[in-house]
Order: sequence, then C-alpha cells, then structure tokens
Amino acid sequence: MSWSGVAVYVENYGRGPSKASFELLGKAREIAAKIGGFVHAIVLLDKEVEKCADVLVAYGADEVIVYRVEDRELPNLLIHKCSLVDAIKQLMPKLVLFPATPWGRSLAPRVAASIGAGLTADCLDVYVDDSGDIVQVRPAFTGNIIAHIKTITHPVMTTVRPGVFPVPKPDFSRKGRVIEKVLNSNMCPSAKEGYRVLGLSREKKVRIQEARVIVSIGRGVKSREDIKLFEELAKELGAQLACSKPLVDAGWMEKDFQVGFSGNIVKPKVYIALGISGAPQHIAGMKDSDFVISVNTDPSAPIARYSNIFVVGDMYEFAKKLLDAVRTLKGVGN
Amino acid sequence: MNIVVLIKPTPDITKVKFDIEKGTVNRASTNLEINPFDLYAIEVAKRIKKLFGGTIVSISMAPPQAEVALRDALARGVDRAILLSDRRFAGADTLATSYTLASAIRKLGSFDIILCGEKSVDGDTAHVGPEVAELLRVPHASFVTQVSRFDKDRIVVESDYGDAYYEIELRLPALVALSRPLMFLGETVEPSIPKVGDVLRARRAKIEVWSADDLKDVADLNRLGILGSPTRVVKSYYALESGREAKVVRGIEGVSTVLQALKELGVL
Ligand SMILES: Cc1cc2nc3c(=O)[nH]c(=O)nc-3n(C[C@H](O)[C@H](O)[C@H](O)COP(=O)(O)OP(=O)(O)OC[C@H]3O[C@@H](n4cnc5c(N)ncnc54)[C@H](O)[C@@H]3O)c2cc1C
Ligand SMILES: Cc1cc2nc3c(=O)[nH]c(=O)nc-3n(C[C@H](O)[C@H](O)[C@H](O)COP(=O)(O)OP(=O)(O)OC[C@H]3O[C@@H](n4cnc5c(N)ncnc54)[C@H](O)[C@@H]3O)c2cc1C
Repeated sequence: MSWSGVAVYVENYGRGPSKASFELLGKAREIAAKIGGFVHAIVLLDKEVEKCADVLVAYGADEVIVYRVEDRELPNLLIHKCSLVDAIKQLMPKLVLFPATPWGRSLAPRVAASIGAGLTADCLDVYVDDSGDIVQVRPAFTGNIIAHIKTITHPVMTTVRPGVFPVPKPDFSRKGRVIEKVLNSNMCPSAKEGYRVLGLSREKKVRIQEARVIVSIGRGVKSREDIKLFEELAKELGAQLACSKPLVDAGWMEKDFQVGFSGNIVKPKVYIALGISGAPQHIAGMKDSDFVISVNTDPSAPIARYSNIFVVGDMYEFAKKLLDAVRTLKGVGN
Repeated sequence: MNIVVLIKPTPDITKVKFDIEKGTVNRASTNLEINPFDLYAIEVAKRIKKLFGGTIVSISMAPPQAEVALRDALARGVDRAILLSDRRFAGADTLATSYTLASAIRKLGSFDIILCGEKSVDGDTAHVGPEVAELLRVPHASFVTQVSRFDKDRIVVESDYGDAYYEIELRLPALVALSRPLMFLGETVEPSIPKVGDVLRARRAKIEVWSADDLKDVADLNRLGILGSPTRVVKSYYALESGREAKVVRGIEGVSTVLQALKELGVL
C-alpha cells in the first residue's frame, strides 16, 4: 500500500463537529481531486455514529473512521493522539489536516512527533504545485513573514487556521463508508492516569472571531470607566467590542476580547480601530478585515497604512458624535 | 523538584527589521532575548521551587550569541543554564528541535516538570512543547492559563481548548506550555525585573555549552538539525504590505465620511 488521499481530523468535543472541521473537508476534496485518493474523516464519538457520519459524508468525506469513546465532551488528548496515530498508520494518507484551534495545535504536534512526521503550523493555504507537491502557506514572525513550506517525508501534516476556507455546501445524496474502530488499552497505556479532564472550567464570554463588525479600542482610552462609551457605540452599530493588548494587560478587558498575535485573529467585514497605533503584533490579528476604519490623534500612526478610512482626531469626540449621528439616523436620538 | 525550563532566545520582535525584498529577518537589527512567553515559564519555575525546593535548569538550542539571553535567565532565577550550540543543530524544524531538546533532557536524568512558553515570537508554531512531551512520553497541556493545584505527584491546570477552558489533571512528570495572562495558585504571574546584584552575579556565572557530540549517548545524530527535519521553507516574503490606500479625513468630516461608509457597507 502506498500513501494516498487526504485525512481530516474532525474536532468534535463541543455540540458537534466544529465549523473548522467542515472547512477542512471542503479543502480536502479539492486537494484529493489533484493528488488522487479518498477523503477520510477521523472522528471520536460516543453515540449517534450514523447521524454524525452522514453529515461528514455530506460535507465531503468518502470514508468516516470512528473511534468510540465514552467522554466525547471531556476529550482526553492522549486518547485522541493514540486514535490518530492508529488511523494514520492504517490509512496512510498523503496529507493530514487538523484545525489550528488551540486544541488542534496541542494535539497535532503530539501525533507528528509520535510518527516522526513533519508538521506545518496555522496555515492560511494549502495547495498542490505544478510538480504535484503539497505546499503549505503560513505566517511566522508574529505575522510579519509568510512562508511556503514543503514536507519531504510522508505524511504531510498541517494545521489550518479556522475561517480561511469556506464551509462547503453539504450534499446529502453523497455516499460514504463508515468504519468503526476500537482502541484497546494497551495501544494507549496510562492515557487515563496521565491526563484527566476534570471538567469545563470557564466558557468563553465572547467569540470575537465570529463578529461581522468590530469596534476595537486601544491605549487611547484613558480610564476603565471610559470603556462604557465605546461599548455603547459598538452596541448601537450592532458590533462586537474588542481591544488591543495594553487594555488586557491593565486588567480593563479580558483576554478573549484581545485582537492580535497573542490574542485572536479576526477577519470581520468592518474593523473600527479607535486609539490603536497599529503595532505589527496588532496588525497581524486584523489586517485581513474587509474594510478598516481607524481614528487616531497622531496622523503618522502606522495603522493608517492598513486603513481604508483614517480619521485624524480624538476618539472620544468621534465616538460621541458618531453615536449621536447613528441615533438620529435610527430616529431614537434627540 | 527537578524543574526544567525551555527557553528560546528570539529577536526582540518590537525592534527587529525585516528584509522586505527577501522576506527574511535582518538578524543584525536586534539582539536575541528570552522569548516573551518563556519569561512566564521562569516565573512559574521559581514559584514551584519556593514550594518544594529543588533546582531549575534551563535548556536552549541557539547560536552562541544567545549567551546574553541565558545570562538574563540566570539573573531571573534559573540555577543552571545549558546552551545547545553546534553547526549540526542548524536548520532544525520543530521535530528536530524537539528531538534535540528531549535528548538533552534525557541526558540530564530525571525531571518532575518541564515548563515552556505557549509559542515563540519568531517560528510561532507552538509545536515544541507537545513534541518534547511526546518524545519523552509524558503528558502535557498547552495554552495553559492557570495552575490551580500543585502536588508532589500531580497538578491541576486550566487549558484553552478554543471553544472553552478546561480543567485538567496531569500526573507528574509532565510538560506545561504557558500562556498569558497567567495565574499560579490564585495569584497573577508577571515576569519580575531582576535585581542589580543578580544581574552582576549572572554576568560571571558559567553557561554550559553542549555540542552534538555531548548528546551522542542519548541521541541519534541523524535526527538533529536539517538532517532530522522533514519540513523545508521553500519561499518566504514580507506579509505586512497592506495595499490599502486610506482616505484621510479630519475631525467632524470624519464622522460624516464614516457614517456614509457604514451605510454603504450595510452596517447601518
Ligand atoms: C510577544 C508580543 C505579543 C503581542 N501581542 C499583541 C496582541 O496580540 N495584540 C496587540 O494589540 N498587541 C500585542 N502586542 C503589543 C504591541 O507590540 C503593542 O504594544 C500594542 O499593540 C499597542 O497597543 P495600542 O495601539 O493600543 O497602544 P499604543 O501603541 O500606545 O497606541 C495608542 C494610540 O492611541 C493614540 N491615541 C491616544 N489618545 C488618543 C485619543 N484621545 N484619540 C485617538 N487616538 C489616541 C495614540 O496616538 C497611539 O497611536 C504584543 C507584543 C509582543 C512583544
Ligand atoms: C518562516 C519560518 C516558518 C517555519 N515554520 C515551521 C513549521 O511550520 N513547522 C516546523 O516544524 N518548523 C517550522 N519552522 C522552524 C521552527 O521555527 C524552528 O524549528 C524553531 O526552532 C522551533 O519552533 P518555534 O520557534 O515555532 O517554537 P514554538 O513551538 O512556537 O515554541 C514553544 C516553546 O518551546 C520552547 N522552545 C522552542 N524552541 C526552542 C529552542 N530552540 N530552545 C529552547 N526552547 C525552545 C520555548 O519554551 C517556546 O516558548 C519555521 C521557521 C521559519 C523561519
């Protein structure tokens, strides 16, 4: 048997398979069409195997490999690793895709190290070049550099940033095969003693990656109390409030609201940056937004270069006037 | 407790200059310093040592000029700093890097906990922690935001999975990759600035340099450096060219321009 096809790790500890997993199935179909072979979906499940498999087939899988677990919602990293190692050894896929969520980025390297494979991190694209090689495209140096990477051994393993590929249209008339697997305990010794998920610790308050419109505030904000004004503006625009790192460091905002290299990467339709200078580590988190509006007292602020509209002015005055204007427009102002 | 800290010397990312044409880093534009996330690893190591006693050993794989960063680590409270430096380590991807670091840890003997940063500011893969853990066959948790319990044989941490944070118990020995903001037993962890006396002491301290030959009893030398690296960067370019041409507006005109744009974009 030789290496062929594409395998997708389906992240499935939440309400069901994650959106990022469907994005990967779509991409896997596209690549399998070029390099040949099947699209395999690898998933760990507790029940309703058929229902889940049908969905994965509709989104592009030819074959669904199911490992039965009891604790789907409290995933054990070591058991997921053992399942993937087992699946990869048997399927011999040319390419293995993982979502580059924190969970995926914690799991994939363990799998790669276990089988001695190369792994490329947090990719923005994966394509097949003219010589038939798989090329992985990723940012590095806190987003300053884009690198194209090839893997010279088998399999090629890649984590892919959520949201960069579209979710394909499901086709429920597609036919696929389901293979159920059992992981026996000597294949994964001491997984349960070594790593125990005690439970959910905190839900995320917000998911700014999913927002269509973002109002983001930076060190131009002078006090914690002032945040209310910008919160109001965001609310009036139907937008999500976000921030730069200094506001998190000051303890004024929670990390889940932070945009940037060490926060969240966002790609909204409209990004409104108020009092943010535009450091590379911030730009790395928002530069792919469709439309960028920024407000800054300093006409030479670097964020200007990444903006479609750059307002030279005070963010407080701007926010108050825009708030008034929007309220007037909506007919609720005075 | 035998505590190991993995410290990557990285360019100061707020100062570093890029060669825009070649898409590479201008190495001469800044010194190597401790990767910002790794400062948290040192801080946590000190707190564990305070509770249980023991020693903190740091391991870094880097070129010789990384010595400055290692002296900083010694000033911050690391007891013993080891620099893995050899031409044969060069060109390592994360698999070869992790193999080299894991081999060095094996050579050190037994350990209770390995601490590292969530990711580096240059390579930025977040692979090294989990790969070292796998190669040493110990459990790990990445993107750790809290250490909420620390006993002799097991610890409880909070880890970001993406959708939510989960509470995880790890049996020691284990590896933990630290994020920020970070809590340790209920207290916020922030890197502290070393005292002048410690900086002076660190200036005279010894840094142990290990070459590939020093690892030959514990490592297969073909798995080091570029030889042991399955991934290859085939092309790179500067990414922060924006291609946007901003319309610049001032004061009150700004509000009307933005209002108009928001209407056109369908926000209002
Ligand atoms: C490893 C590492 C990771 C990092 N990760 C991130 C990250 O994920 N996200 C992030 O944001 N940063 C990150 N940073 C920090 C980054 O380098 C910058 O320090 C930070 O982005 C600056 O935030 P800022 O623009 O809000 O503040 P500043 O740079 O201080 O800018 C404030 C801006 O507000 C303007 N201003 C002041 N008053 C007003 C006013 N009244 N009205 C209008 N404008 C006003 C000023 O002219 C200035 O341009 C990281 C740094 C490192 C080293
Ligand atoms: C543009 C570019 C892109 C790259 N992309 C990839 C890729 O996709 N896949 C790949 O396998 N390699 C890649 N590499 C190579 C990779 O950067 C190096 O192997 C690097 O030595 C380790 O990876 P990292 O910096 O990503 O570390 P990370 O895994 O992000 O670091 C996490 C933590 O591990 C510890 N650590 C990491 N490196 C060391 C070290 N040398 N010494 C001590 N502790 C350390 C630190 O505690 C650090 O905080 C790339 C290199 C470049 C220049």
